[in-house]
Amino acid sequence: MDGRTGRDEPDAGRGTPAVVVDVDGLDRMIRGLARAGYRVVGPVARDGAVVLDDVDGVADLPAGVGDEQDAGRYRLTGVAGGALFAHTVGPHSARRFLSPPRRTLWSAARDGDGFTVDGPAADDPPVALVGVRGCDLAAIAVQDRVRQRSPHPDPACASARARAFVVAVDCARPASTCFCTSTGTGPAAGPGHDLALTELTDAHGHRFVVRVGSDRGAAALAGVPWRPATAADLDAAARVVGDAAGRITRRLDPARARDVLAAAPEHPHWDDVARRCLSCANCTLVCPTCFCTAVEDVTDLAGGHASRVERWDSCFTLDHSYLHGGAVRGSTRSRYRQWLTHKLSTWWDQFGETGCVGCGRCIAWCPAGIDLVAEVAAIAGAPGESGP
Amino acid sequence: MSTATRRPTLAVWKFASCDGCQLTLLDCEDELLAIADAVEVAYFLEATRATVEGPYDLSLVEGSVTTPADAERIRSVRAASRRLVTIGACATAGGIQALRNFADVEEYLGIVYATPSYIETLSTSTPIAAHVPVDFELRGCPIDRGQLLEVVNAFLNGRAPEIRAHSVCVECKARGNVCVTVAHGTACLGPITHAGCGALCPSYHRGCYGCFGPSESADPRALGDELRRRGTDDVDLVRMLRTFNAAADAFRAESTRLERAPR
Ligand code: SF4
Ligand code: SF4
Ligand code: SF4
Ligand code: SF4
Repeated sequence: MDGRTGRDEPDAGRGTPAVVVDVDGLDRMIRGLARAGYRVVGPVARDGAVVLDDVDGVADLPAGVGDEQDAGRYRLTGVAGGALFAHTVGPHSARRFLSPPRRTLWSAARDGDGFTVDGPAADDPPVALVGVRGCDLAAIAVQDRVRQRSPHPDPACASARARAFVVAVDCARPASTCFCTSTGTGPAAGPGHDLALTELTDAHGHRFVVRVGSDRGAAALAGVPWRPATAADLDAAARVVGDAAGRITRRLDPARARDVLAAAPEHPHWDDVARRCLSCANCTLVCPTCFCTAVEDVTDLAGGHASRVERWDSCFTLDHSYLHGGAVRGSTRSRYRQWLTHKLSTWWDQFGETGCVGCGRCIAWCPAGIDLVAEVAAIAGAPGESGP
Repeated sequence: MSTATRRPTLAVWKFASCDGCQLTLLDCEDELLAIADAVEVAYFLEATRATVEGPYDLSLVEGSVTTPADAERIRSVRAASRRLVTIGACATAGGIQALRNFADVEEYLGIVYATPSYIETLSTSTPIAAHVPVDFELRGCPIDRGQLLEVVNAFLNGRAPEIRAHSVCVECKARGNVCVTVAHGTACLGPITHAGCGALCPSYHRGCYGCFGPSESADPRALGDELRRRGTDDVDLVRMLRTFNAAADAFRAESTRLERAPR
C-alpha cells in the first residue's frame, strides 16, 4: 500500500478521518497486538462453524467463508471474493473470553487448626478481540452495565474487560436470524471499539476502512501501512453497511416486547413453547448478554486444600432456582418464561434497557429451533412468523 | 482429620454388570495412593482378594439386579453399609441388560441355552434403588473417573457431591463445541441426557448416545418430535432411547409410546 507507514498514528476519536489498510496491514496489526502482549482472538472456521479462537495473523481468518442461519440450523457457505469477515456471529461471543465458562475464584490450604488463603491468581494476558460485530459490541456494553450495578463487581472480570482491545467489524452479509436493526446495535459497529473495520472487496482492491475509536486503537496502527480514506472509500463502506441493513427482515420492537411480556405471565402460549422446549440451556449459553454463574467448592481427597470455582449457569437448570426443598421453577414452561421475560422485559426494570442485542444466536443454536421473535409475536397476537 | 482416627472403610460390590465402572476406580492412577491413604479398602475383589468384615462406611455398588439371589444379596449389602452409592447405568437404571424388560425372557432362554431349566433369572433387570434405599446414584456407562473421585471425596469431607443433573448441552457449550445437531444435522441425545461425561461424543463430532441417562428435566418426546422433523425415523428413535439406560423412566416411557403408536 502506498502512503505513510507507521510511525504516524492516526488521531483517535470519532470525527477523525478514517484510514484505509490492506490485508497485509491487517496482518501486521494482528501481529503487532500479539507483540504488545495481547492474546489475539478472532474468527476461525472449525468443525462446521465460525468460532472464536487464537489467531496469529490473517491466514487464520475464514477467508471466503460465509454462513446461513435459521431457527435451529447453521451451515457454512462459500462466498466469492475472499472476504475475511463474510460470516456473521457463530456460537461463541466475547463473553467466553471476558467471563470464561469455568475459573477458580480463590483457594485455601489447611494450616493447623485454621487455613490460609492462596494469593489471587496472576492476571491472564489481556485479550484482543478481532472481528467483533455491532451486536456483540453492544453485548459487551450490556455486560459492563450489569457488572456496574453489582455491589460486588468481580475484579478479575472487570480487569479482563478494561484491558481488552476490541477490533470491531461492520457486517456485510447478515444472517436470516439477525435483527440488530430492531435493537439499534448493527449492522454497523457502534461505539466501544478501539478500531472498527469495514471490509471492501470491490474493483479497487481488498481493503479495510478503519475508524479509530481510542488512543490504544491509534497506537495499534503504528507500524501498519495506511492511507487516508477517500470519499470513494467512505461511500463504498457506507453502501456495504446500508445494503446489509436493507437485507435484515427479522423485526422485534424491544419496547413493545417489554410491555407484551409484562402483561402475559399466564398466556396460554407458554404451554405451547413448553411442549417444544427441551430445557437444554443452549439459548442462554450462546446469548452474549447472559451472565448467570454458579459456584462450586472443590476439595482434595485428604481435605487439605479447597478451592471455589465459578462456572456458567443457566436459568434452564433446576439448581438455578433451587431453594431449600426444591426448585422454584420446576417446569419447562416456567423456565422458558423466565428466560424470555427476563431478557426482553424485566431486564428493563433491572438495568434500564433490553437484555437483547439482536444477534440471533439463541434462534440458530436452539436444537429445537425455537425462535424468540416468533414466540413474542405469538404472545402479542401479532401477525408474523408462527412457531413451527 | 488426625492420623489416629480410623480410616473409613470402603467396599465395592458387583451385581449384573461388565466391571467397567469398578475398573474406573483402579483407573484413578494418579489418585489411587491418596484414596488408599484416605480409606481402608475393605472389600474390593477386583483389586484384592483380602477382605475385611463389615460393616462398611461406604459401599460402591455396581450392576443391576437380575436374579432372585442378587435381590437377596443387595439387602445384606445395604444392611452392612453406612452409605451406599450406586455407580453406573446398570446400578442406576438396569443397564443394557434391561432390554429384557421389553421382551420375553422365557423366549430368550429357550433360544440361548441348551437347558433353560438350569437358568434361574428374573424377567427384569432393575436398578439397585428399586430394591433398597440408596444414598447417591452416580450415572454413566461407564461412570466418569472425575465424578467418582468427587463422590468419594465429598463423602470423606462430609459434603454433598458436586454432580449436576442438567443436560449434556451445558457441558458441550462450556467446552466450546460446535453443536452437531445445529451445524451438522446429526441426531444428538444431549438435550435430554444427564451431564457428567463432559460432552465427550459431541467433542468428537458424534451425537450423544445418552450414556448418563435422562437429565433432570428430560423431555424425550419433545426431542423426538424435533429429531423427526430433522429426518430421524421412529425406529431409530426407539433404538437411540434403548441402550444403556433403556429402562430409565423417561427413556422407557417414550420408547414404549413410540413402539405402541408409531407414526
Ligand atoms: S436473546 Fe437471543 S438474539 Fe437476543 S442477544 Fe441473546 S442470543 Fe442474541
Ligand atoms: S445481528 Fe447485526 S451486527 Fe450482529 S451479526 Fe447480525 S448483522 Fe451483524
Ligand atoms: S429454547 Fe431451545 S435452546 Fe433454549 S432451552 Fe429451550 S430448547 Fe434449549
Ligand atoms: S451437540 Fe448435542 S450435546 Fe452438544 S449442544 Fe448440540 S445437542 Fe447439545
